[in-house]
Amino acid sequence: MFLQQLVNGIALGSTYALIALGYTMVYGIIALINFAHGEIFMVGAFIGLLMVGVFKFNIFLAMACAMIFCMVLGVVIEFIAYRPLRKSSRLSAFISAIGVSIFLSSLALMVFGANAKGFPDQAFSSRQIHIGDADISTLQLLIIGVSAALMIGLEFIVQKTKIGKAMRATSEDYNTAALMGINVNFVISFTFALGSALAAAGGVLVGMLFNAVSFNMGLMAGLKAFAAAVLGGIGSIPGAMLGGLLLGVTEVFGVAIGYSSYRDAIAFAILVLVLLVRPTGLLGRKVLTKV
Amino acid sequence: MLHGLVNSIDPYFLQILVNIGIGIILALGLNIITGLTGQLSLGHAAFMSVGAFTGALLTLKTGAPFSLNLFLSGLFTAAVAALIGWPILRLTGDYLAICTLGFAEIVKVIFLNLEITNKALGLTVPAPRSTLPMPVIVLMVVILTIGASTFIQNSRFGRALKAIRDDEIAAESMGINIARYKVQSFAVSAFMAGVGGCLYAHFLGYINPSDFGFLKSIDMLSMIVLGGLGSIPGAVFGASILSAAPEFLRFMSQYRMLVYGALLVFLMVFRPNGLLGGVNITALVLRKLGVRPRGTARKKEERR
Amino acid sequence: MTALLKLDNATIRFGGLVAVNGVSLEVEKGEILALIGPNGAGKSTIFNLITGIYPPTEGGISFNGKSIAGLPPYVIAGNGIGRTFQNIRLFNQLTVLENVLIGAHTRGRWGLTGALLKMLPPVRREEGRLLKLAIHCLTQVGLAHKAYEQAVNLPYGEQRRLEIARALAIEPALILLDEPAAGMNPQEKRTLLDMVRNIRDAGVTVFLVEHDMKFVMGLSDRIAVLDYGVKIAEGRPEEVRANPAVIEAYLGKGAVR
Repeated sequence: MFLQQLVNGIALGSTYALIALGYTMVYGIIALINFAHGEIFMVGAFIGLLMVGVFKFNIFLAMACAMIFCMVLGVVIEFIAYRPLRKSSRLSAFISAIGVSIFLSSLALMVFGANAKGFPDQAFSSRQIHIGDADISTLQLLIIGVSAALMIGLEFIVQKTKIGKAMRATSEDYNTAALMGINVNFVISFTFALGSALAAAGGVLVGMLFNAVSFNMGLMAGLKAFAAAVLGGIGSIPGAMLGGLLLGVTEVFGVAIGYSSYRDAIAFAILVLVLLVRPTGLLGRKVLTKV
Repeated sequence: MLHGLVNSIDPYFLQILVNIGIGIILALGLNIITGLTGQLSLGHAAFMSVGAFTGALLTLKTGAPFSLNLFLSGLFTAAVAALIGWPILRLTGDYLAICTLGFAEIVKVIFLNLEITNKALGLTVPAPRSTLPMPVIVLMVVILTIGASTFIQNSRFGRALKAIRDDEIAAESMGINIARYKVQSFAVSAFMAGVGGCLYAHFLGYINPSDFGFLKSIDMLSMIVLGGLGSIPGAVFGASILSAAPEFLRFMSQYRMLVYGALLVFLMVFRPNGLLGGVNITALVLRKLGVRPRGTARKKEERR
Repeated sequence: MTALLKLDNATIRFGGLVAVNGVSLEVEKGEILALIGPNGAGKSTIFNLITGIYPPTEGGISFNGKSIAGLPPYVIAGNGIGRTFQNIRLFNQLTVLENVLIGAHTRGRWGLTGALLKMLPPVRREEGRLLKLAIHCLTQVGLAHKAYEQAVNLPYGEQRRLEIARALAIEPALILLDEPAAGMNPQEKRTLLDMVRNIRDAGVTVFLVEHDMKFVMGLSDRIAVLDYGVKIAEGRPEEVRANPAVIEAYLGKGAVR
């Protein structure tokens, strides 16, 4: 029972983590809460569904297509809706992000209709594996495996590559990075591309996990992932992973012990409690105000 | 006579006007905490919802007159806000914002599970017990809210809030008890949201906890940012436009939200400080009328 | 003369760094005391300790004979300590007059109720009194004619003066000026010199941090010198100027022959 719920929780939590990473990376670099990020996740799910349903792609290929599509989408959104506002107040950029979010979800409503759509059965034939008294599906293992692989890939890009170094520098100090000859615009676009790709992968995985893709799936998933990012300490990549897993696991256990009707509140209750004890999140850096 | 006057207005148009009025009350409320004190609240719909359910239940279960009912709804909401605000207002910036969002979701889920709020079915709200027609009540509350906002903005209390918004450390060094003022402004802000919610409940005649989700909070925030943060005419203007916009965009029916979203982006990109941002209306009008701001003339003499 | 402010072995550590190390210092009522020292010596940190921005790790701070160590900044300000900031911290979106009115915050008492009952005579009287005080403070620093300009639009030197006016509106017994002459031209500095003297003559004790030696030497009654968080000298300007430890701190070892 415990093992079963733990695996359920980790599977759900790793999808939260995938989305949370995009929030946290963008926030780390331009201090923007990219509220359209949840919708990118939703678009990713739909693209994956299309690829599997219409073009009969296998699931990995479909996921790759969704990731590439959303990379472009993320970069375009940044260019149109955020870049002109980089010198304005953060709230203006935030409202702009909300505009994008409303736009994308209503576009999805128009194109795909109001009903949730499921992945066709041949997309991934899931089997159950019995470990002790736990039933673990190969789909869950796939989700955990893909998420882990993507996060390791991200960690590699951020820590070991030149562009990753530029990202870290820009996140440390935007202006100094620009003075050191880093092409900040490119770094920001790259960050959006990276974050959006992860969200798209998350979208496809969640679509399969719940076997439902709908125009309004981005909102709650986005909010929870944002909560996960803040829980871990916004701006911190390991924090987003930790926060996502923690939220997923607590949510699943909360439901398991009978609070299913409070499902959506659990994540936020944890968030509020943690912030009251650690006001900058679990792994967030404490900033000493200079006077 | 009032009823006759109200009845002579086209009901559809009147409905839009009442919507705008409630929008103005809500926007001015949020403007206190976000525009004036500079604390981003992403969960103001929760306060609206607390006010709406308090008001609805008071009408359903007691014989209280509507005016008292309105006041009590506001007061109860303010008390809830003060209770929540005390611990969370220590957080800063985006951490506070996500916390308010979290609380709003929690409130929503709690209401969806409470017996007294009729769970997910929502409440049918009877007509308010008042001799005045609803549009008149809304108009009166709008006037009171604008008056109170103006008074607050130009008072010692309001200046302390603005100081906190501009620089917390400097404000504290000037003797301002930041925590206390933040909680107070949060409570005042919630009071207005609660009153707005109570009006909303009785105007619509039906409320459901799900009506007061994240998107409702965002609606309010868009109003004050669109109009120009911290500006009373801005909030009134933004609330009017955004409350009426869905109606005026109705002819495009299914494209409505699409256009609304695009419009928000467009407006922010071209007027990042809001439509009335950076425009000092009072000074503008006074200058047009040839009036000098109070006190300048006297000071010129002092210099001599 | 009696000590208005007393630092007793005040110490603060940030992690491993001891920014202020066992500093004992007295500010006498009615004097102009300057605190000097090389960059990073901990001068501003001492101001932040006094005003409660950071609580001292060790040691005591007392004002008017009462301990103020560890009190929150707003209480300390309310006790009568006004300050300016090294990196100007004005309320940028507000007018010059509003900035000073906020300085006068502790001089009023009407809060939210006062705001809503603005028309009542006691509230209006208080508001009038605060306005008069604010204009008086602005006049003291020569900025009354700019009352309705936005603070952020003032030139640098005037922003520094506005900070002084704002601190004066507390009607403090002690004013802490953090590098008031920084970024000013010689003409502005001379005006500032007179301004600070006038403030002292009006009964406010002045404690300032400053880099400009000429300014400090011409203005202060006494000078204390800080180096690496430790007080290395204290005395009248001419004594401090001749002190070998001070010369060494400023010019490096070997400068004293």
